[in-house]
Amino acid sequence: MLGTYTTFPELLILVPMLAGVICFFLGKNNAAKNVALFASIVTLCISLASLCYADEKFAKYNTVSYIWLKYIGSTYLVGLDATGRMLTLLTAIGFPLIFVATYKNDYKNSASFYGLMLLTQAGLMGVFCAMDALVFYFYWELALIPVYFLSSKWGGEKRIQATFKFFVYTFAGSLLMLIGIIYVYLHTPGRVFEDGTTSAHSFSINAFYQAKLAVSDQAWVFWLFFVAFAIKMPIFPFHTWQPDAYDQSPTSVTMVLSGIMVKMGLFGVLRWLIPIFPAATKEYAHLIMILSIIGIIYASCIAIVQDNLKKLVAYSSIAHIGLMCAAIFAMNAISVQGVLLQMFNHGINIIGLWIVVDQLEKKTGVKEISKLGGVAHKAPVLTILLVIIALANIALPLTNAFVGEFMMFAGVWQYNHWYAAIAGISIILAAVYTLNMIQKVFYGETKPLTESIKDIALHEKVILSVIVVCIFMMGVYPQPMIDLTKHAVKVLLTINQ
Amino acid sequence: MNNVLHIVWLIPILPLIGFLINGLFRNSLSKSVAGFVGSAVILASFALSIFAFLQVKSGNTHLAHYFNLINIDALRIGFDFKIDQLSSLFLLIITGVGFLIHVYSTSYMHEEPSKDFAKYFAYLNLFVFSMLLLVMGGNYIIMFIGWEGVGLCSYLLIGFWFKNNDYTNAAKKAFIMNRIGDLGFLLAVFWLISKIGTVSYDEVFSATSLAKLSTTDITGITLLFFVGATGKSAQIPLYTWLPDAMAGPTPVSALIHAATMVTAGIYMIARSSILYSMAPVTQCVVAIVGLSTAILAATIALKQNDIKKVLAYSTVSQLGYMFLGLGVGAYTGAVFHVMTHAFFKALLFLGAGSVIHAMGGEQDMRNMGGLKKHMRITHLTFLLGCIAIAGIPPFSGFFSKDEILAAAFEASPVFWVIGVAGAMMTAFYMFRLYGMTFLGKFRGTHEQEHHLHESPAAITFPLIVLAILAVFGGFVGIPEVFVHGGHKLAEFLAPVFAQTNAYVSSHHAHEALSHNTEYILMGTSVLLALVALSYAINKFSKYQKTETASTGLAKVLENKWYVDELYDAVIVKPLRSLSAFFNNVIEKKGIDGLVNGVGKAVNYGGRQLRWIQSGQVGAYVLLMVIGMLVLFIIQFFVKNI
Repeated sequence: MLGTYTTFPELLILVPMLAGVICFFLGKNNAAKNVALFASIVTLCISLASLCYADEKFAKYNTVSYIWLKYIGSTYLVGLDATGRMLTLLTAIGFPLIFVATYKNDYKNSASFYGLMLLTQAGLMGVFCAMDALVFYFYWELALIPVYFLSSKWGGEKRIQATFKFFVYTFAGSLLMLIGIIYVYLHTPGRVFEDGTTSAHSFSINAFYQAKLAVSDQAWVFWLFFVAFAIKMPIFPFHTWQPDAYDQSPTSVTMVLSGIMVKMGLFGVLRWLIPIFPAATKEYAHLIMILSIIGIIYASCIAIVQDNLKKLVAYSSIAHIGLMCAAIFAMNAISVQGVLLQMFNHGINIIGLWIVVDQLEKKTGVKEISKLGGVAHKAPVLTILLVIIALANIALPLTNAFVGEFMMFAGVWQYNHWYAAIAGISIILAAVYTLNMIQKVFYGETKPLTESIKDIALHEKVILSVIVVCIFMMGVYPQPMIDLTKHAVKVLLTINQ
Repeated sequence: MNNVLHIVWLIPILPLIGFLINGLFRNSLSKSVAGFVGSAVILASFALSIFAFLQVKSGNTHLAHYFNLINIDALRIGFDFKIDQLSSLFLLIITGVGFLIHVYSTSYMHEEPSKDFAKYFAYLNLFVFSMLLLVMGGNYIIMFIGWEGVGLCSYLLIGFWFKNNDYTNAAKKAFIMNRIGDLGFLLAVFWLISKIGTVSYDEVFSATSLAKLSTTDITGITLLFFVGATGKSAQIPLYTWLPDAMAGPTPVSALIHAATMVTAGIYMIARSSILYSMAPVTQCVVAIVGLSTAILAATIALKQNDIKKVLAYSTVSQLGYMFLGLGVGAYTGAVFHVMTHAFFKALLFLGAGSVIHAMGGEQDMRNMGGLKKHMRITHLTFLLGCIAIAGIPPFSGFFSKDEILAAAFEASPVFWVIGVAGAMMTAFYMFRLYGMTFLGKFRGTHEQEHHLHESPAAITFPLIVLAILAVFGGFVGIPEVFVHGGHKLAEFLAPVFAQTNAYVSSHHAHEALSHNTEYILMGTSVLLALVALSYAINKFSKYQKTETASTGLAKVLENKWYVDELYDAVIVKPLRSLSAFFNNVIEKKGIDGLVNGVGKAVNYGGRQLRWIQSGQVGAYVLLMVIGMLVLFIIQFFVKNI
């Protein structure tokens, strides 16, 4: 059946999309929830199955193209390559984790909520599989727009302000990218289809890679794409939408945003930006790395003085993403491999952190660190699991993030010693804000708000334990993940030779 | 693969299993089971370590490769263990002393609720696991895994009583200062990777790799590694966490903050001895930092009244001596001092713990005194420990300290003079401690006096074993001047330092000290130590509590030279202000202000333009007509210009 009727990328996109559409029509509260959970688990199984067919000889299972808009040279071309496989896996793992962890949450009009969540998942899958610039743009927007609705309808008190900012930022980014796509498109070679139709230009990824852009053109079109991706990551100074959005969105949306969606920006850089603009990449690598490194230190410092738990996690994430961005532009085998590893690990860890933060907020009704304290007495299991995840977040050895961060720093060092040394200060700052948080929230005497809380329920224990097991597995034996993505590093570095 | 030493993976795995059992089942395990499991796994590791040691002694060393941690074309890092003379010696110290401290803990921690008791043993086992990884690793990454792992356990154990904010502050401080050092370690590793593409010891120290490194590279790498060592081994400028770390349970101080973890920096430099010998600048820095730390900490110890604080500063000071040894190239001497120090300092800490236990948690020596009659075993073993650390022959501390001081003299007589001054202070503050605690009259409350008792066997047994080691442990390293071929330890470790020694002797003409000089040096230092010691005993056996506040230098020393205050003013506060500035000014007013400004401008523009969209068709038509007219006029005129 596979290869003849359908392929992995199609399934990964269609299952959540169809399930999402179905959800909209389900009125009853739990029905949509269960359909969403079921669909996300099916998607996970498909994604796991796709790992077994990663080999070159299974190409027909992994790529497919349909006639779409052939007069302008666009086909519906989707495919799974090494990077795509890793990120679709992250998406596929992320959603069921999120659905289970927030299973107890009740949403007003849950049919639309879960419908939009699944559409987001479909959009993300599409972004990671698209092999045609127009398809990519389509899915990019499909992933964003449901999030906008989710945050503005189900968010916190200041949701309108936060989502407005989020929307302005990302919309501006998308617009710039669209201009960029059209500009590059106009420089692509023409294309002849099997039925004899011809188009003057083509949207296919290969055509984009072959686009002949003068160095002077690259110099500015590069920035159209880069700003769109930089906003999505986000890196300094395009980041201020993020803390507010994370703070105000419903937790499950925040998990999607921070765990998976930020990877769209990094992915965009790897898949589209660098191969299309090799000259500009070399030219501006220094500048972008400096921006990223400023962002790393800047965000880490701000995290130290945050009293809002959610914003603390948000700024910590900005710092980590900044490092990934710097490592991409270092463009060597070690750093890029580190990024590919870390994109996955960061997603797992931050979802874990949000689960704990969500639990704390639900149990106490506050997210201010100064109002919490002594949680360890009341909820020891939650504490232990959080401490492990938080330590993974600051890249302690034998946790998953260590290997990735180690490789990224080592790669950045090869590019420029000072960049690595300055960025390295963040590992100290990360210890400062993480341990401060642990001390104030979990240690010390209990406070009125934490006096009567209970430890987490079984399904939350299970979900967090799954994350913890992932953390150690990937930390002790990361080689399978390295093998999965090794090929992508080679491809990227050869394209950019 | 066929090497019998391939099974050494069991040595760290056993404590890990102990950690998992105690950690996962802490709610259901009884205290005796938890204590038994915790101690038994370490004993088993100790037995295996003896096996490994004997294998190594008979000439069988092994590099065990288990799997790849990272394997890409540009870099391969294996999960490797290297079992050679140096690591097998450390294995013995860690598991041997570790086992004794586990036994001791079963009694010392007995008043904890059983859940916390099991947690304590879980942490302690996890620590031993990490420490074993650190010394067994076959490359710098495995070492680093252990390196940060022990830091984590230290953090968890210092903050073991986490209700108390002072304790958790101390724990946090330890972790963060260690992380500063860790950054140095990591940067050194990155430097190695970028130059020679490998981190495994055997490859890094091979002639081909060393040839690829310039003098700048080697100096930079060794200095950065040394930054790592100053964090973990509490040297200037990163030593201030160690005295605060005394917040943890006393056996933890004995194991982690005296016998094992804090010596990791010495192990690391001894392991990298060839790199250090090739970098004279670094060696000089190491020697000076070590010596300065030794003196600084010794001066502070003179005026401390908390029994554990004195021992903590004493540890910092002794570690300084070890770095002095490393800096002047006496690698064997430094490792020797690690070993003897592990014996007598663990003994002293455990003895102090026994005292604190008897005093019902009191740690202030001003409220002690006269404990000699009440605690015979503790007193005797403690006294032996004090003599050993003071460097009185033939106790163990004498041999190892003497070896370092002799090497320091060869490097520069100034080093020796300062070193001996420090040794005098050591003898003084140790016997001040001894006098204030055990001699004279009891100065505590009646209730405490009534409660005074000798500790149970689980506490006195480790004391006795360690006392024997502290007394006789030095005999493995008798200097040439006394017995020809008496330095068995040097003989044993010779293969580890063979490459380094060959390098040194080919680059510097080396003349051994004459026997006479050595006798004079030795005699002077012992004599001075004896003077200091007897003065201290004399003075502090008659110690009386006084209420007068100290002034001048004494006050400065009591306040530890105000270094904590200095760091607070120079680093902690500015960092917080900078962060607050970023958050309040740049983030909120700057970037966000700009973004919101754009948003507001759009809003404002929209509001101002709203009147156009009045909804009346007539108005739209009118506007359309006007617009067309404007276009028409523009086109007409533009064409005509």
